[in-house]
Amino acid sequence: MAEIRNYTINFGPQHPSAHGVLRLILELDGEVVERADPHIGLLHRGTEKLAETRTWVQSVPYMDRLDYVSMMCNEHAYCLAIERLLGLEVPIRAQYIRVMFDEITRILNHLLNIGTHALDIGAMTMVLYTFREREDLMDAYEAVSGARMHAAYYRPGGVYRDLPDQMPKYQVSKVKDEKRVRELNRNREGSLLDFLEDFTERFPKYLDDYHELLTDNRIWKQRTVGVGVVSPEQALAWGFTGPMLRGSGVAWDLRKKQPYEVYDRLEFDVPVGTNGDCYDRYLVRMEEMRQSNRIIRQCIDWLRQNPGPVITDNHKVAPPPRAKMKEGMEELIHHFKLMTEGIHVPPGEVYAAVEHPKGEFGVYAVSDGANKPYRVKLRAPGFAHLSAMDRMARGHLVADVVAIIGTMDIVFGEIDR
Amino acid sequence: MSRIERLAQTLQEVLGDRALEVLVDRGEVTLRVAAADYSLVAELLRDHPELAFEQLIDLSGLDYSGYGNRPWPGPRFAVAVHLLSLRHNVRLRLKVFAEDDEFPVLPSLIEVWPSVDWYEREAFDLFGILFEGHPDLRRILTDYGFVGHPLRKDFPVSGHVEMRYDPELRRVIYQPVTIEPRVNAPRIVREAQYGDVDHG
Repeated sequence: MAEIRNYTINFGPQHPSAHGVLRLILELDGEVVERADPHIGLLHRGTEKLAETRTWVQSVPYMDRLDYVSMMCNEHAYCLAIERLLGLEVPIRAQYIRVMFDEITRILNHLLNIGTHALDIGAMTMVLYTFREREDLMDAYEAVSGARMHAAYYRPGGVYRDLPDQMPKYQVSKVKDEKRVRELNRNREGSLLDFLEDFTERFPKYLDDYHELLTDNRIWKQRTVGVGVVSPEQALAWGFTGPMLRGSGVAWDLRKKQPYEVYDRLEFDVPVGTNGDCYDRYLVRMEEMRQSNRIIRQCIDWLRQNPGPVITDNHKVAPPPRAKMKEGMEELIHHFKLMTEGIHVPPGEVYAAVEHPKGEFGVYAVSDGANKPYRVKLRAPGFAHLSAMDRMARGHLVADVVAIIGTMDIVFGEIDR
Repeated sequence: MSRIERLAQTLQEVLGDRALEVLVDRGEVTLRVAAADYSLVAELLRDHPELAFEQLIDLSGLDYSGYGNRPWPGPRFAVAVHLLSLRHNVRLRLKVFAEDDEFPVLPSLIEVWPSVDWYEREAFDLFGILFEGHPDLRRILTDYGFVGHPLRKDFPVSGHVEMRYDPELRRVIYQPVTIEPRVNAPRIVREAQYGDVDHG
């Protein structure tokens, strides 16, 4: 009889369903995975080291580039850490704006995740639909910050500026005639809040469409039900957070349990799975989007009625308004000191965590009283999830590895930092 | 009594002398223990019903040389572990210093919380802290064959070597970095109350 040997194959680093640069060494017995050894760090950019050499505010744009599909949530955790070190109060309007954009970000992230996950395991159509909706939300990002993705909109002490009164509009061009442009600009005539309200009215219908496409789809269920099952005990021991933990039936959501900003004033439900497989995690994410939609609507209502400042008036932290700077000596000095030297943060250490779309995103910041962080440790949810790859994939088929990578919602920006 | 204060008190009661310091600051509890007690305390923290830290959220290495722009008197390397108790809804930071600066070693927590696996690998990779008992302490984030520990304070931001393709040798080579280090905003630690209204 011929000798049977285990195969060792290299999955990635360039593989369309590796969601980035994941190199996975798989030891196979036939088609069954015996061992999976993820090699990460191919996208390591040394964000933590770079943050030590820059002033506190200069590192905000680096946070966008961590998890590059949920940009503002990363900034949020970083700004929370600085604010907690400073003991700084954030204006209430800024808190609502942050919560609203956190939830927009959550929808953005889940749309990408579900679209690409479906694409990876055989449903081509999903990604076309989810990217259509992502485009609208990207426009909201652009309207508020000028950038579609890397917004750098949150600042220690609030947000960079108030919500704009008008949306950017399409222009007539060689490929778009006047009729088409009028149609495209139909929901862009009002303010950003009008645009978002229009989106939140349309979005539940889109969600129903997605459910129709996937939830009862036979192939989708064959590929996800019973694949990558994680028990609640395992999920806790392996450091899972977010939908990965809730999919296993643990009702843990930082927005409910340790509310930050104004989450305790808003109404929303936390969906929880029962079986802890890829399918349940998919359902959890779908329902989270519906809840995010609810939260956005509540924020829009509040923001319409309550104008106010959006960044702290403590000029040791946030620059004074430009108009005042032109006349006031004090404001000019503050501006100069802030732009050249930066914020001085009192010594101490904090750990600030937010309920990021992927799980718990935390920033452990240590300050020694300087204008730069002494140490910034970024706790990325994907890092803990991917570290359980071996334990989750063992005994599954190679094709299931793709389903497991998809359900983990891997993004290498945050894992490799 | 708030949850945080109650936790600080419970820690004192349960750990006794093993708790070198229980610090409550900015709504967070930091527990400092000696390296010798580290794994025992970890087990207690997980299993004691009034503590019940089921989840290890994060483990981070720290290099204290240069803290406050001054020479640091104590041991240089430390590890900060962030724990979460879902049952009591509290967080705890467990801090431990490695005794030897030249060869920092700490016991591994892999038996207590399996999720610590990659975090310890990361702390080893970036700080050179060794974890005794870790089954697979390889580098994780840096390149294959990387030399040095990049998050140590004596490691330059630009690194020591850079990689390029050599057209003559027709292969990729490593050479000393050609980047000139440059500081745009110097690192400054001001005295307390600097710039306050009363202090000029």
